Amino acid sequence: MAQRSDITHKYLRAKKKFPNVWCAGCGIGIVMGSLIRAIDKLELDRDNVTLVSGIGCSSRLPVYLDFNTLHTTHGRALAFATGVKLANPKMHVIVITGDGDALAIGGNHFIHSCRRNMDITCILINNQIYGMTGGQFSPTTPTDSHAATAPYGNKEYPFDIPKLAMGAGASYVARGTVYHVTQLDQLIYDGIQKRGFSLVEAFSNCHTYFGRLNRLGDSVKMLEEMKKNALPLKAAAKMPPDKVQGKLLTGVFCDVEREEYCDRYDALIQSLQGK
Amino acid sequence: MAENIRLMQGNEAVAEGAMIGGLRFFGGYPITPSTEIAEILARRLPKVGGKFIQMEDEIASVGAIIGASLAGSKSMTATSGPGFSLMVEGIGYAYMAEVPTVIVNVQRGGPSTGLPTKVAQADTMQARWGTHGDYIAIALAPQSVRETLDLTVRAMNLAEVYRTPVTLLTDEVLGHMREKVTIPEEGELEIINRQKPDVPASWYKHFEITPNFKSPMASFGDGYRFHVTGLTHDEEGFPTNKSVEILAKLTKLRNKIMRYLDDICQIETDGMEDAHVAVYAYGIVARAARQAVQMARARRMKVGQVRPITIWPSHDKKYKEIFSSKNLEAVIVAELNQGQLVYEVQRLVPKHVEVISLNRFDSELITPAQILNKIKEVR
Repeated sequence: MAQRSDITHKYLRAKKKFPNVWCAGCGIGIVMGSLIRAIDKLELDRDNVTLVSGIGCSSRLPVYLDFNTLHTTHGRALAFATGVKLANPKMHVIVITGDGDALAIGGNHFIHSCRRNMDITCILINNQIYGMTGGQFSPTTPTDSHAATAPYGNKEYPFDIPKLAMGAGASYVARGTVYHVTQLDQLIYDGIQKRGFSLVEAFSNCHTYFGRLNRLGDSVKMLEEMKKNALPLKAAAKMPPDKVQGKLLTGVFCDVEREEYCDRYDALIQSLQGK
Repeated sequence: MAENIRLMQGNEAVAEGAMIGGLRFFGGYPITPSTEIAEILARRLPKVGGKFIQMEDEIASVGAIIGASLAGSKSMTATSGPGFSLMVEGIGYAYMAEVPTVIVNVQRGGPSTGLPTKVAQADTMQARWGTHGDYIAIALAPQSVRETLDLTVRAMNLAEVYRTPVTLLTDEVLGHMREKVTIPEEGELEIINRQKPDVPASWYKHFEITPNFKSPMASFGDGYRFHVTGLTHDEEGFPTNKSVEILAKLTKLRNKIMRYLDDICQIETDGMEDAHVAVYAYGIVARAARQAVQMARARRMKVGQVRPITIWPSHDKKYKEIFSSKNLEAVIVAELNQGQLVYEVQRLVPKHVEVISLNRFDSELITPAQILNKIKEVR
């Protein structure tokens, strides 16, 4: 453990005022740890890493880390990231976003980023609710669950994030949870390495709102539930469908080769300049 | 060397000016009557190693140009009213985060979807007050195709110098009409690039408050690793709730523009020394005003003209001087809207000077004869 913490401290911003904004027990800090370990293992030059985020609890993550960091407007992280990446294709661009940020207000940017296939890694921290504004239902709040704006239960149906990303054309799609940290480290590592648009859903807990409003207990209880409910895709493939129903599937949903946008644009520049 | 003379549209002139000014990134979304700008830049930018991208909407377009500018590229987008409405979110961000960007608004008739192919000047106030919160906007407005080219370069220069979004306000007629343009030779127009820091990374503050309110700007990838946010922030860029830091930041944003009005604001005047009546108009309407003033002078009427080239910010002191011309009795404010700049003029004239509004919003241009008739009514 000591070793892990040393790595984390290497990347924290010395000048930033701590503590962080997250509630005690929040899963976002675990995702931050996974991200740091993935970047450290990849030995990326931190001057060439840009973290871009939108608005919400998850989007506060970049400010604590010593990279180029860009905290944008609600839902627009991927649009800003697209500009950073295309202007400087050498940059490793990693987007940190949440379920409300990426899928409600930023839904349009999300699907078009998947389709465009620019080499951006999008880490979508899904806690199934709007945490920062006080627990309103989001596009991933399960049907009939309770939220501050769904006092009688949510009447809507949630997005299935991996299906949405695959349907929109992402090159790499994976889901992990904040309980299964070793796997999450690996998924983020692979996502950053992937040339093309990669989406890593990090399933997380908001015990403060989602947990409390749905009587799911504290963060430990919610993490234990994650442990019980998660099912690796490989295992699910060997099980009858009724046993898979209602489970949280984890692992790599797709990993396909498609020529990356900046590479294609660069080839265009080369050909126009007769090189 | 033979002069490079071409017949071109205003929209082509924006693209030409952008290339001369060193544009390296354009992100946009198709909208009439601005699309030629995107079409030309899609063809020309990659030839010089620049980047063009068509985004999924105007909100994404302005986001992309802010990201590209932070990565070090001179960046621009072009749109019209409905798109500008969507972009104001990003314009507010670029103002707060001090990111040089240029937004071209080829104005068309509104409100809402309005008149895609017809002229208007109804976004004049939107260019000033579009985004939420207090802010100081810079907006420039050309009256000819050649001036469109020049002001595109100037908009880029101002964005770089003042680290702020700059709007170029043209309109459907200017954008689509063709005029003879002498393309400026290399070196003829001043091109300004943002000031880069020369301090070590540990000393660098991306939002430093300096005595002249200008702070050097590093790009992502330069080794400075700074934080950028739309939240009110300290000099390092970290969010703050401390009233001292909030006041310092918001005052800096204001001062960095308001202390340089003499540099930013261009106002053209003609015959104001002995004028009894002045015609105040910008952009395409200023051309009709010019002709009307000449016609009036030929009839021995003492009429002058005031043409704001920098629409925003308003150089109040200069306007007050101009409008305190000793014989001045009335100012006619001619605009292609229901009356927007007229309130600015009312605020800046001496008490005894009458301000008369001349508006047209039926999608047609104000004619010289209309303005002349108004002058005759006043005299």
